[in-house]
Amino acid sequence: MYSEKVMDHFTNPRNVGEMTDAHGIGVEGNPVCGDVMKIYIKVNDDKIVDAKFQTFGCGAAIAVSSMVTEMVKGMTLEEALKITKASLAEALDGLPPQKMHCSNLGADALRKAIEDYRSKQGK
Amino acid sequence: MKTIYLDHVATNPLNPEVLEAMLPYFRERYGNPLSLYEPGMKAREAIENARESTASLINAKSKEIIFTASGAEANNFALKGIAYANQNKGKHLIISRIEHHSILNTARFLEKSGFAVTYLPVDKYGTVNPEDVEKAITKETILISIIHASPEIGTIEPIAEISKIAKQKGVVLHTDAVASVGNIPVDVQSLGIDLLSFAAHQFYGPKGAAAIYVKEGMRIVPLIYGGIQEGGRRAGTENVPAIVGMGKAAELARINIQKRIDHIMPLRDQLISNALKIDKIILTGHPEQRLPGHASFVVEYIEGEAMLLLLAAKGIYCASGSACSSKALKASPVLISIGIPAHLAQGSVVFTLGEDTTEDNINYFNETFPQIISRLREISPYAKGWEGMEGSSCTVKK
Repeated sequence: MYSEKVMDHFTNPRNVGEMTDAHGIGVEGNPVCGDVMKIYIKVNDDKIVDAKFQTFGCGAAIAVSSMVTEMVKGMTLEEALKITKASLAEALDGLPPQKMHCSNLGADALRKAIEDYRSKQGK
Repeated sequence: MKTIYLDHVATNPLNPEVLEAMLPYFRERYGNPLSLYEPGMKAREAIENARESTASLINAKSKEIIFTASGAEANNFALKGIAYANQNKGKHLIISRIEHHSILNTARFLEKSGFAVTYLPVDKYGTVNPEDVEKAITKETILISIIHASPEIGTIEPIAEISKIAKQKGVVLHTDAVASVGNIPVDVQSLGIDLLSFAAHQFYGPKGAAAIYVKEGMRIVPLIYGGIQEGGRRAGTENVPAIVGMGKAAELARINIQKRIDHIMPLRDQLISNALKIDKIILTGHPEQRLPGHASFVVEYIEGEAMLLLLAAKGIYCASGSACSSKALKASPVLISIGIPAHLAQGSVVFTLGEDTTEDNINYFNETFPQIISRLREISPYAKGWEGMEGSSCTVKK
């Protein structure tokens, strides 16, 4: 069902856990529907220097969370905002069609985390 | 890596004796049972022997057994066949909210075709209250269909009590016994049932072989029209090897059923009591009135498909009723019907043991299951509780 890359990120997820000193936090999804992603970012000089996640959900949701937190490290906020559902799925060598929407919340949660950071900055 | 199959309710491996019995009917004894010459007669004889042994598994007469290709077909046949045979008497059916999709979706089809259907609620254990059945019966009611045992939560329904009510009111009673026949003793006489569906692969027979018990004298409209096979009630050249396999599997189930139960139940109880030591885990279904090999849970703060896949990575195969593990992305209606909130239903996981399950398997499972749960809870944002969960509803577009 899942690609090797999805299984790798699902069984050995990177950047797991709460970040107590995060500069921005974004939450997307709802456990009633299936998946919830919480993404934490640390920003320095408009660049994402660290990212972590906590996810309630299926294998795809966990793999997407792991992948998005890996991808954004070192990106500028503008670059990070260009990440989409499609680019995340592509980075994971594809996702099953039924998982594309409700489990692929990484880009949305990330966007919310960036918005949260910016609103805290008063920008 | 060793693999431990704990999904026996999904299907079972074929018993080697069953395979041996089937093999000659693929090549040497390939005759069409309707042919009048020797190979045909041999095939006919094999089917009738299988019918006899299949009938005796549920204490029925041979002529009360109609072979079908699946439990789903038997269920479709029961509902449509009885509804169309009795539509002059009335157009009302009663089923429960925890039926298999092959009952539920057939009932929905009949609703679109002008029949009315009552969907009976169940209690927190998934048990249908016979009094509710009685209250739901009207002058229009022609069929009651209640599942015998739930494959999802293991609960065994009080069919014998419901049958007393059905008899008193003169309503036909069907039960979907796919998950129970071969796993617990099922006797159509003591259940007092009119129709009963069951499938061979649930008791180590082949897939593609199932049957419906139709009590002698019961009128039923065929689902498949054509030739005179199965007394004209189910046309189509018989799947001789599969039917022979079902007959052999039924014979073995009848002989071995108590031995299987005595082996499986203590292991299942050990699994359940160990699992219940884990924090925030709930046994779903009835604690006692349940299938002997059945253990089903909801685990809080984590999701079923993730559990299923991590267990599979450790060699343990099981099932889940979570939305994410279903292709339709909907939480199991059975779990919702027993009052499990949707966010908890996400943590559904189902283990079903079989005759090949060993104590070693269960020990390995008991060791592995808590590890998998801890691992996923470490990832979960809810590890400390369902913070902000109250009153939330699904807003993500699927």
